[in-house]
Amino acid sequence: MAAVTNTIFSPATAARFDRLVTLYPLKRSALVPMLLYAQDEIGYVSEAAIQEIATRLDLFDLDVRSVLSYYSMLRTKPAGKYNVQVCTNISCMLRGGYEILDHCKRKLGIGHKQVTPDGQFSLEEVECIGACCWAPAMQVNYDFHEELTPEKVDGILAEYAAGRGKDVK
Amino acid sequence: MPRYVSHPDEVIVLKRRHGKGAADIDKYMELDGYKAVQNAIEQGPDWIINTMKASGLRGRGGAGFPTGMKWSFVPKQSAKPKYVLVNGDESEPGTCKDHVIFLEDPHSVIEGTMIAGLAIGAKMGFIYLRGEYRYLLKIVEKAVADAYAKGFLGKNIFGKEGVDFDIVTQTGAGAYEVGEESALMESLEGKRGVPRIKPPFPAVVGLYGGPTVINNAETIASVPHILLMGGEEYAKLGSERNGGTRLFGISGHVERPGVYELPMGYSLRKAIFEVGGGVKGGRQLKAVVPGGSSCPVLKADEIDVGLDFDQMGKAGTMLGSGGIVVLDETVSIVEFALRTIKFYQHESCGWCIPCREGTDWIKKTLTRVYNDGGQKKDIDNVQYLAENMMGRTFCPLGDAAAMPTLAFVKKFRKEFEDYIDGKKAGTPLMTEEQELAGAAH
Ligand SMILES: Cc1cc2nc3c(=O)[nH]c(=O)nc-3n(C[C@H](O)[C@H](O)[C@H](O)COP(=O)(O)O)c2cc1C
Ligand code: SF4
Ligand code: FES
Repeated sequence: MAAVTNTIFSPATAARFDRLVTLYPLKRSALVPMLLYAQDEIGYVSEAAIQEIATRLDLFDLDVRSVLSYYSMLRTKPAGKYNVQVCTNISCMLRGGYEILDHCKRKLGIGHKQVTPDGQFSLEEVECIGACCWAPAMQVNYDFHEELTPEKVDGILAEYAAGRGKDVK
Repeated sequence: MPRYVSHPDEVIVLKRRHGKGAADIDKYMELDGYKAVQNAIEQGPDWIINTMKASGLRGRGGAGFPTGMKWSFVPKQSAKPKYVLVNGDESEPGTCKDHVIFLEDPHSVIEGTMIAGLAIGAKMGFIYLRGEYRYLLKIVEKAVADAYAKGFLGKNIFGKEGVDFDIVTQTGAGAYEVGEESALMESLEGKRGVPRIKPPFPAVVGLYGGPTVINNAETIASVPHILLMGGEEYAKLGSERNGGTRLFGISGHVERPGVYELPMGYSLRKAIFEVGGGVKGGRQLKAVVPGGSSCPVLKADEIDVGLDFDQMGKAGTMLGSGGIVVLDETVSIVEFALRTIKFYQHESCGWCIPCREGTDWIKKTLTRVYNDGGQKKDIDNVQYLAENMMGRTFCPLGDAAAMPTLAFVKKFRKEFEDYIDGKKAGTPLMTEEQELAGAAH
């Protein structure tokens, strides 16, 4: 591995990266997970993150960018601290997914892929998240919230706003 | 947290340990965990493959390919290392069964991966989960670490000299196409999820160029159970050439949505009206998408069919990923067809023209119809576009988009015509704003 002397990541994440590159027959296999973990720490995949990951994997930064642009969960701009992702695909749609999305839009005062002025929340309409039998469903960051109603959404958003929402990292 | 459901008609094999805390390795072992793999080590590869062939297990990822046969295609001798790859990308709309398996019984996936490895002579397996499943990834990672700690993974597993097996977990980052087996291999190699040309098939040239068995997570989780109960016994639970049981996700307009384990060949009508508790609010059934969103829709009078790969094929549709999506009388098929194609248009990797352009033009045309600007010939155009995508794309995503579209416009043509004439059926589910935005992402 190319030496990274000045990592931009926390010791825990840097240690995770050191381990990740040793796991696979080909270290490039660590790329997608690394991008995701980088985003989890910084909030998005920054220019500095791209450079460091490229160095760690002996890739051109172009290789990293090319992969980065393919995956819908990866972003190059900050989202809100809590990224609210509402599924509107078929099973959710049938049970009020769009109603939930609209409710979130009104409640947060933002639209698809927008961020609230205080940076607390962002909103996204997403495709099926694998919670179809507990529809309508949404994810806030990595947390699943299921069998939603507008009232339930209010309670969930209030918990996050108060810093008490569950938060899987 | 997914709600646990049950029904008296269920035949419990795969769900045996669900709801019992089996994510804990000691609990898993109390419930016969890691016995099947130890027996497999004793019995050897031919016995495993014969048991799998006898079980009649067919892939639960969508295509229903016989698992034992798939494993037997892997060459015995190989200069390159062989691999087992578990597909937990689960992104077909209407499908959430692997979610339940990772949550309730992650060790069954680990044990199944090891058995597949023993069968084909691989020493390494990968369990790939979609990026959204972070909390499940953590559960699987812990399970893998616990298995290492007990000496079940690593070198000389279960104290058997020379028997080695490693498992690495991997995460995607949001892309339906990556669920396609060769695209998944690209993704796992740190590349864009664009599929590979076949042949060569993965069994010969797969991950890192080595022979690879790729199976869906549910397929793999079924393996230890099959070895424990015997292939013939498992086969008997299902229907002809469709061995065993399967997790069916029943969602949409039913009273009791959930993931239920039913024998292969179980009646679709009963799945909806008995297991799923019938149509929500006592309304009339309009249609069913029987196996995830790529499967052609069935009308209300077409549901007297058994839930197995062959019977569904005969009925002109597919069993797919087992996600049964129920539509009541209030649904507008025009709107539902638009929402369906919107997904495929968004997920097309763009590699080949029929898929990239076809999905886009179908979406645009249906959007125009939906927004009251449609003409009758739009229906023909949609049908023409979909027909010309069929079989002309690099990977099956093109077909997966075309097939449901064709079924919607053919089976509900009158509804599309009436819609264009201003006689709209159903209650809109999308909103005003969505309409104006052309249901765009
Ligand atoms: C576009 C596309 C998406 C797919 N997504 C998945 C998926 O999410 N999970 C899965 O197991 N199989 C998926 N498949 C099927 C896989 O390519 C492959 O057939 C399957 O993983 C093989 O496992 P099985 O034999 O156990 O079913 C997909 C196929 C296509 C064409
Ligand atoms: S069919 Fe679609 S998803 Fe598959 S390779 Fe072609 S463009 Fe990509
Ligand atoms: S359709 Fe919304 S989670 Fe699957």
